[in-house]
Amino acid sequence: MKAPLRLGLVALLAAPLLAGTALAQSSIRIGLAEDPDVLDPTLARTYVGRIVFSSICDKLFDIDEKLAVVPQLALSHETSADGKTVTIKLRPGVKFHDGEPLDAEAAKFSLDRHRTMQGSFRRGELSQIAAVEVVDPLTIKIQLKTPFSPLIAQLTDRSGMMVSPKAAKEAGDKFGQKPVCAGPYKFVERVQQDRIVVEKFADYWNKANVSIDKITYVPIADSTVRLANLKSGQLDLIERALATDLKDIRSTAGLKVATAYELGYQGLTINVGKGEAAKGPLGSDPRVRQALEAAIDREAIVQVVFNGEFKPGNQWINPDNAFYQKSLPVPKRDIAKAKKLLAEAGVKTPVPVDLMVPNNPETRQVAEVIQAMAAEAGFDIKIRVTEFATSLKEAEAGNYQAYILAWSGRTDPDGNIHSFASTGAPNNYSAYSNATVDAALNEARTKNGMPERMAAYQKAASQLLTDLPIVYLYHRLVIIAHRDRLEGYRQMPDGLVRVVGLKVKG
Amino acid sequence: MLALVARRLMQLVPTIIIVSMMIFGLQQLLPGDPATIMAGEERDPEVIEQIRKQYRLDQPIPLQYVYWIKGVVKGDLGESMRLKEPVSRLVAQKLPVTLQLAAMAMLIAILIGVPAGIVSAVKKDTPWDYIVNVISLWGISTPNFWLGILMIFLFSVHLGWLPASGYVSPFENPWQSLKTTIMPAFVLGNSIAGVLMRHTRAAMLQALSSDYVRTARAKGLGETRVILAHAMRNALTPVITLGALEFGTLLSGAVLTEQIFTIPGFGKLIVDAVFNRDYAVVQGVVLVTSATYILLNLLADLGYILVNPRLRT
Repeated sequence: MKAPLRLGLVALLAAPLLAGTALAQSSIRIGLAEDPDVLDPTLARTYVGRIVFSSICDKLFDIDEKLAVVPQLALSHETSADGKTVTIKLRPGVKFHDGEPLDAEAAKFSLDRHRTMQGSFRRGELSQIAAVEVVDPLTIKIQLKTPFSPLIAQLTDRSGMMVSPKAAKEAGDKFGQKPVCAGPYKFVERVQQDRIVVEKFADYWNKANVSIDKITYVPIADSTVRLANLKSGQLDLIERALATDLKDIRSTAGLKVATAYELGYQGLTINVGKGEAAKGPLGSDPRVRQALEAAIDREAIVQVVFNGEFKPGNQWINPDNAFYQKSLPVPKRDIAKAKKLLAEAGVKTPVPVDLMVPNNPETRQVAEVIQAMAAEAGFDIKIRVTEFATSLKEAEAGNYQAYILAWSGRTDPDGNIHSFASTGAPNNYSAYSNATVDAALNEARTKNGMPERMAAYQKAASQLLTDLPIVYLYHRLVIIAHRDRLEGYRQMPDGLVRVVGLKVKG
Repeated sequence: MLALVARRLMQLVPTIIIVSMMIFGLQQLLPGDPATIMAGEERDPEVIEQIRKQYRLDQPIPLQYVYWIKGVVKGDLGESMRLKEPVSRLVAQKLPVTLQLAAMAMLIAILIGVPAGIVSAVKKDTPWDYIVNVISLWGISTPNFWLGILMIFLFSVHLGWLPASGYVSPFENPWQSLKTTIMPAFVLGNSIAGVLMRHTRAAMLQALSSDYVRTARAKGLGETRVILAHAMRNALTPVITLGALEFGTLLSGAVLTEQIFTIPGFGKLIVDAVFNRDYAVVQGVVLVTSATYILLNLLADLGYILVNPRLRT
């Protein structure tokens, strides 16, 4: 009689303890700078959306701190000698959030969905794929139309995200309302512009490294308010803090900062071939563009507008990138040279320039600094502040001479330049066209070895930095701030927030 | 009375039709192409073409209107291009939030503005009057975003009493809901309180100098009764009008305040939609807001009748 009684007592005493463990679930709140768009890796297109995807949708490959490709849902990849076949081995035992297995069929389904679905924004990235074949349950073979070295890098982003075929077939284009992938966290709920909640996925392939139970993403557009929320403890981590707030964050007890230079760039796109506006001195004579570049002090822009926290740059990748052409360093400001170039070009000074600037305070300030610097060399820059959507339309129509435009950047350098400088490419707002550059950029795509690709980019860079359809200005510092109770945060070069490996102290 | 309500409701129909045409037409004047904006950095021309087809952006504008209004009649406000969610669901999510915030702001405005206006009128040209005037001017002239940020720094960062931002539904947790909405409601109510105070003061001054108030005083009625039962009742008519108008404005979204306190209401929804050229969302929200606005005006008219029996005939 006594034993059951004792057992009962133990159970009674243990109950609150058990409840206690249930209550001690760890959760964190992450502040985002914008509300993400649709959470379907095929249809998504915003940078901020990629931050949320990094917790719910794993990819075939990922990048490490040095921007090298590392396997994630894949185990390995092998490119054939002719460069036209890529064989990918998948990680065994991986499950989607709905319990479906991630096998070769599912990988083929995901890649084909990205390639062919109506309205897919991944089509362009995967356009070199001719077919995806299933070799065995854990191997797929990608047949390429032409050799395409950036392919694996593309698969480190949304194009490499695997979705559950069952869920995707059922939901169609509504998949983004309840995404089912194979990431460390399962999608729970979303209230537009308020929160996105995800919870730990028990069958995650790498669950040993996932310790936080629940993550809530909260979009807070105003950076001052985002930081105030972090300081007051409402948020545990914020992305894209302002460079001008860095000093404050560093001096606040209980806060930590992680930074990385962006993969993208900020630059001055110049209309060299689109409509009447391109026919002015700036668009028609490379010497005038060289003069403008010589008049600009990139270091000063970075100091004045961004407290010296950003990195001056003159190429489509930042100076720390392995593909940066060190033989073509960031030039110093040289007013005498600028004046000389303008004289050689035989243009009447001041040279009028219509500079279109998307409407945000920082970009406007950059434009004003450029305006003042260029005036000393003999340019008369008129700043035209334009709402972003309108500015894109204007740029497409060629209604501008210079345009401050940013690019968020891609893992492979090809993603930062091919679409901008190749003849007729979708992002070629300058309407720039040069046979040498086209050939060099295509060559860099087809070669797999680093030295060969570097040589091709060297050719492209020396031509592009002479012709200057884009004057690259600087690379932003991606600033992530978090409370010190959060441990194990590692900043990757793409600026995204990865949650695997994060721990809450205490 | 019933006939009046019926007549006003009938008038609602043509008004809404005209409003819907205006929303649709004006929006087309916005430069920028929704399909291009939606594509963002992924500017594959074929995909952009597909989006145009999918959302019928390639059709003539009058035809697009017909498609839209056909859906609206059936209760379908279309689909958000950016979020791939039905607009009616977005509206249903945001409307209660905005209504709650607007109601709280209005309550705060009335609680501060009306008594302050009465005090200021009754104690005209005394220090009381000056103090109330200064405070109300401060309320009107303080920018919402600035007051909002100051309050966040004081109550959230410094004192840690209130959450800096976010929203909790009152059905989920009433106390938490009050804590998350009290600051934005105060910021919004504060500016309206000033306006209400000025109008109440002016209307009260007029009423206090009128014949019937003199008669009431001559009858020997107590001052409190004269002010509250006689003067105030008449003075309230313009205040009701103003209240309804201000409430309508609050519904169309207190953009800046919602942005600062990250309240997921109409304001944030519509601003994001405009910048992303998410036409269906803009149309849906504006349509719902205008309908509500018109209904509020009807309620205000009914309110006059309640306070002023002469209008009942």
